[in-house]
Amino acid sequence: MTTAAIREVTDVKEWRSQLLARVAAGGRFAGVYASVDGPGVRLTAAVADAGRVNLLDVSLGPRTRRYRALTPAVPGAFWYERAIHDLTGIVPAGHPRLDPLVLPLTDGQPRPRPGAPEQPPALTPHEQPLAAHLLGTGIFTLPHGPVRSGAVESVEYLIETPGEDIPHLRFRPHHKHRGLAKRFEQLPVDAGILLAERVEGIASVAHALSYAHAVEDLAGVDVPPRAALIRVIHAELERVANHLDVAMRLADAAALAVATARFSWHKDRVLRLRGELCGSRFGRSVVTVGGVNGPLLRPVEETRIAGGELERDISGDERAAMLTASFLDRLRGTGPLPADIAARHGALGPIGRASGAGEDVRVSRPYDAYPQLGVQVVEGAAGDVQERLRVRWVELHESFRLLRAALQALGDDNGSADLQQAEGEVGDGRGVGWAEAPQGEVLYVVEVDAGRLRRVAARSASFHNLPLFHTVFAGDIFTDFPFVEASFGLSIAGVAG
Amino acid sequence: MPWVLRGLRNGIVTSNYPRRADAYAEGFRGAVAVHPSARDLGPDVPAVCPTGAITVDSTEVRLDRGRCILCGACVQAFPGTFGWEAGSETAALARGALIVPEDITETDRGLQQLRDALAQRVRRLRRSVHIRHVDAGSDGTEEWEIHALTKPTYDVHRLGIFFTASPRHADILMVTGAGAHGMLAPLQRTRLAMPNPVVVIAVGTDAISGGLIGSTYATAGGVLDALPVDVMVPGAPPPPFAILHAILLALGRLPAAGNGSGAHT
Repeated sequence: MTTAAIREVTDVKEWRSQLLARVAAGGRFAGVYASVDGPGVRLTAAVADAGRVNLLDVSLGPRTRRYRALTPAVPGAFWYERAIHDLTGIVPAGHPRLDPLVLPLTDGQPRPRPGAPEQPPALTPHEQPLAAHLLGTGIFTLPHGPVRSGAVESVEYLIETPGEDIPHLRFRPHHKHRGLAKRFEQLPVDAGILLAERVEGIASVAHALSYAHAVEDLAGVDVPPRAALIRVIHAELERVANHLDVAMRLADAAALAVATARFSWHKDRVLRLRGELCGSRFGRSVVTVGGVNGPLLRPVEETRIAGGELERDISGDERAAMLTASFLDRLRGTGPLPADIAARHGALGPIGRASGAGEDVRVSRPYDAYPQLGVQVVEGAAGDVQERLRVRWVELHESFRLLRAALQALGDDNGSADLQQAEGEVGDGRGVGWAEAPQGEVLYVVEVDAGRLRRVAARSASFHNLPLFHTVFAGDIFTDFPFVEASFGLSIAGVAG
Repeated sequence: MPWVLRGLRNGIVTSNYPRRADAYAEGFRGAVAVHPSARDLGPDVPAVCPTGAITVDSTEVRLDRGRCILCGACVQAFPGTFGWEAGSETAALARGALIVPEDITETDRGLQQLRDALAQRVRRLRRSVHIRHVDAGSDGTEEWEIHALTKPTYDVHRLGIFFTASPRHADILMVTGAGAHGMLAPLQRTRLAMPNPVVVIAVGTDAISGGLIGSTYATAGGVLDALPVDVMVPGAPPPPFAILHAILLALGRLPAAGNGSGAHT
């Protein structure tokens, strides 16, 4: 796991040019965040290339409140720099649109300042409407949310439209901002993993893994082989559940009642299986720093049979769905993400892979038992909703294969010995960890000071991918909206922070 | 056409709960219990809980299920005092009833009053009930579990329970999440848009106490201070059966055996 490199440069111009050089050389921009560090603020950018994550640091002096925005040169930084502004007040000068994203604050209000020792005052959200972006005859803004129909997470979409097309779309995820960056601070290192599971609950296992990998990187801990296998089992079942959720929502959007019912039944069976393996339907408290919390609670052979039955049942419904013309008509050509935009943005997970991008970190930077088990990565091209679903089906079958392989490697030995590497003292410093969530790469940078968390930067795939929602509505109309949204399969919790 | 046959293929997968007990609901690891013969009374016992759900005085250990996120740290550290409890009927009508072991003398009469008042209020809702859900800062899992209620395994439609988009149609307000400040005003507006009588259910430990997120600059430590809540269902997240139990508890529609005297040990 020691494939992260941290470099510090002293000058913000130098920082910028090194970052742009890495991206120009084919590196994938993976995020930028700010931490209050003594009297100043430190900016940290992450670029992934050739099996490594490179962190690039620069410190802004105590009186520096601005730096030249990256977004005009690196479009993927668009939301990251808005989040930096929201959380610290630092202004990325030349940013195309510095509206509040994760925090509903106006200039002059105190900011949470992650990394600073003090706790910020309670947030008083403002609810002012956003000025319209488009001007034209008959164009109006249709606000949708934050309270939306159905049992879904809160988010506000602002659709600017002349009536049917969606020429412009904006989001406000900040309504459900929970202040997670500050919440991590000062927690004991062990307790942080529980909070990581709650950053984005539907990808609890991936977030826990990413956090654990970061701390294990810092502490130089190797996970015992059987614990690594159990981690894979839970991570792949999480992927299956999420991909079924997307299939269910797409079928629901197309009003295919039986398909919706079938996929939701399968999804609940997966959640039940996960619950039987660990006690939690979302795989919570399974991953610990240095291993896993315990053995599978269900015999290996039984689990293998349950997995086989599930895959067989899902396959039949998958085939039927992908032959249902009224379903495919709604998916084909809908919400296209062009390959060049996907590559330039560094689109993650199934969304990226459906457009020919989207590295799978289980392969490019393998962890736990993946080097031993191998992962076949699916390559897509068409980039529309149908392709995103197809990519997920292929991934789902690969997940079942990994489940079988991991169970076989585990053998009949399901004892509780050797599942946890005794954890030494976690030294001070910064560790980097990642995991491939169902939504794509989850990236954690964990900074430890005297055994406690000083700063945790948790970057979900949802946060990185959701801005692409702006660009996929070429030619699509209102009634395509639920399809495009479902095909993204993201969680707002992981965006709002 | 193939979908018609597919729909029939596996027969009925829907639970008979609450008419008949459901094996999955009863076997689910739904709560942490304090053993009657709790042995560990030291100051290190409360310290093991990441959400401060455990209190110890000289003679007794108490666990607040409204704070418990079922991480199992206490069960692992003090197996002589804490243990897993199977079952999904964890919802309660009063905040105090979530603390186990219950202080019977204190809560019993109060609970009866609460139950009577609620029964009086929901009498007119009869057997057709509409639910509106609002996420006030959840981690996204509670929404999955609530959504599952409308699907075949649980199928609340068979009980005359429906989800509605419009608060104007809604009888029950279901709230999830740690009470994000940015959602409190939309939450209260949704409540005000509903016609009385209204029953409010807080779904999940986060909604009851903030759970692990707790009270921060951005969250209110749950939604109990934001609006009057009638039923609380703990869990991180509570499984669909626990949420269904909470709905039926609110409506006074549970069979006599599980009439919701609150969390039972």
